[in-house]
Amino acid sequence: MPELRYVDALTKAHHEEMARDERVVVLGEDVGRKGGVFGVTMGLYEKFGEERVIDSPLAESSIAGVAIGMAANGLLPIAEFQFADFIHPAFNQIVSEAARMRYRSNGGYGCPVVFRAPYGGSHGTALYHSQSIEALYAHVPGMKVVTPSTPYDVKGLLKSAVRDPDPVLFLEHKRMYRLVRGEVPEEDYTVPIGPAVVRREGTDLSVFAFGWMLHEALQAAEVVARDGISVEVVDLRTLKPLDKETILKSVAKTNRALIIYEDNRFVGFGAEIAAIIAEEAFDSLDAPVMRLAGPDVPGIPFSKPLEEWFFISQEKIAQAMRRLAAY
Amino acid sequence: MASKRGGAKVRAERTPAGPDLASSVPWYRLMVLTRRFEDEAERAFRRGKIGGYLHLYSGQEAVAAGFLAAIRADDIFFTAYRDHAHAIFRGTPPQAVMAELFGKQTGVAKGKGGSMHLFDVPRGLYGGYGIVGAHIPLATGAAYALRYQGTDRICLCFLGDGAMNSGSFHEPVNMAAVWGQDGMCPIVYIVENNKYAMGTSVDRSTVVTHLASKFGLHGIENEQVDGQDFLTVRRAAERIVARVRATGRPYAIEAITYRLVGHGAADLFQPYRNKGEVEEWKQRDPIQILERELHRAGVLDDAQVAAIHKEAEEKVAAAIKYAEESPEPPPEELPRDVSAQG
Repeated sequence: MPELRYVDALTKAHHEEMARDERVVVLGEDVGRKGGVFGVTMGLYEKFGEERVIDSPLAESSIAGVAIGMAANGLLPIAEFQFADFIHPAFNQIVSEAARMRYRSNGGYGCPVVFRAPYGGSHGTALYHSQSIEALYAHVPGMKVVTPSTPYDVKGLLKSAVRDPDPVLFLEHKRMYRLVRGEVPEEDYTVPIGPAVVRREGTDLSVFAFGWMLHEALQAAEVVARDGISVEVVDLRTLKPLDKETILKSVAKTNRALIIYEDNRFVGFGAEIAAIIAEEAFDSLDAPVMRLAGPDVPGIPFSKPLEEWFFISQEKIAQAMRRLAAY
Repeated sequence: MASKRGGAKVRAERTPAGPDLASSVPWYRLMVLTRRFEDEAERAFRRGKIGGYLHLYSGQEAVAAGFLAAIRADDIFFTAYRDHAHAIFRGTPPQAVMAELFGKQTGVAKGKGGSMHLFDVPRGLYGGYGIVGAHIPLATGAAYALRYQGTDRICLCFLGDGAMNSGSFHEPVNMAAVWGQDGMCPIVYIVENNKYAMGTSVDRSTVVTHLASKFGLHGIENEQVDGQDFLTVRRAAERIVARVRATGRPYAIEAITYRLVGHGAADLFQPYRNKGEVEEWKQRDPIQILERELHRAGVLDDAQVAAIHKEAEEKVAAAIKYAEESPEPPPEELPRDVSAQG
């Protein structure tokens, strides 16, 4: 099985889905001739032509809006936002129209659109190119939110997202594009939207993470294992619909929960997981549920030391793991 | 193409080559029906039978009627929130529209939508939309899909004058113009300029009060039309629809019209306009204009007019009765159709 970078697995998924189904179109800023700001849509324009790979004007609200109209009318659009930070002008379209189309039409019109957005901080990406936005959309009934963390999953989940009859927000942590590698089958396969997966078995505490944070958590688990702390690491993969069963099963096993997310801590996605554990696994807990998340500042700052202060490093995670294990 | 950009023309098409007058009698009947429908809906609102918001179309009928008379059964359309007449003109049963206004299970959206959010899947009504301007990109994308699928179907997008000051107007219209160069955007944008965005007049919202010309800035051909005259609107619509269907290029029309009623049923005093202005426009009531024309042409007589009015009264009375007697949606309806799985 070939080993691919995350970005290449994603590109392959686009190629395969477009070849499989003529209803699939890709639109967004520079997705065509340039091949996308991160190179995700490389080669699509040459292969499938400009009717199917549409270089749109810089108008995020309407990139979402026209994609919704296409989706309601028989196409399977994949709309790319160059950065998750740029999706905000499209908030109304996604929340008011995409998420609501099926409900308000008694199931008459579905909205099978995929909104793709690279999220999260990398080095020096700063205030307007670093944001995590998952909580804003996971809050909205009618939306699905997917955050794959491996090349295998990103290919399989993109295929599921394209084939899903409802709108899916597909979030790719930009650090993973070229850093994360893994085996990816050549053949067609899907990874279902919904199920989480245990990436590392453990007995002392459970970590719940997704995207880039999963990789940091796996490294930290390795470090604390040397001190005899056995950490179970759960990759959520899909944030909505959320796989409560896997979360509760893991907590029942380890009796301790650490939730990691890069978004600002307050009302972040991890708060929902903490609430679910408190409501449904209270009797299993030997320690308070712990959250490790981004500080509540309005953006990830540019300066190196400030940025490091913001980021959730392996060291910070290992420290939290030790604290929770010792409780 | 450059030579055609931006040139708005006011057209008066009163040529004998226009649509057969006899075929406009059913549209007269529908306009009388929707006027009665709106009047009775307002009464039901006053009686507390209809809650929330209620926006009536009285005075603007010739615009939607003229365009919906010109499209095919397999064409599609999007509109804003003043949408009752659009649905009824297209053939949605009045009782299903009235039941929706009453929030009943038998309404077109099973009571989930109400007045502003009608839908009719089989008839190609992709919705009345409650966020001003938000439907313009949707309609534009839907038009692209029609051409992408290799059909010669077209999309109509009705919008109000107020929507044109939002970004959700300029963005998709610009895209439509770009796609239209390749024949990939068969859409007609129909601006219903009724002079007021709620209570703020057009000239207090924009310096460019010739609204059609704004499409010209984006390279879309455009014109104005007298929106009170059904026959004129219909003739323009037939010409424009044929052209858009043939070229796959967007086209825009600004229909100059007037709402004879308040913005919503709760807009009782209308301090933003004077009574004299309303009285003046009542002299240009689209139903009376069409009635006179059909009369003059000898395709409609007094007895028919009386019969049509009586029929409208009966149909609307039946719609009210149906809505009143229909059941409320059951609690199971609440979580239904959130996603395809449930």
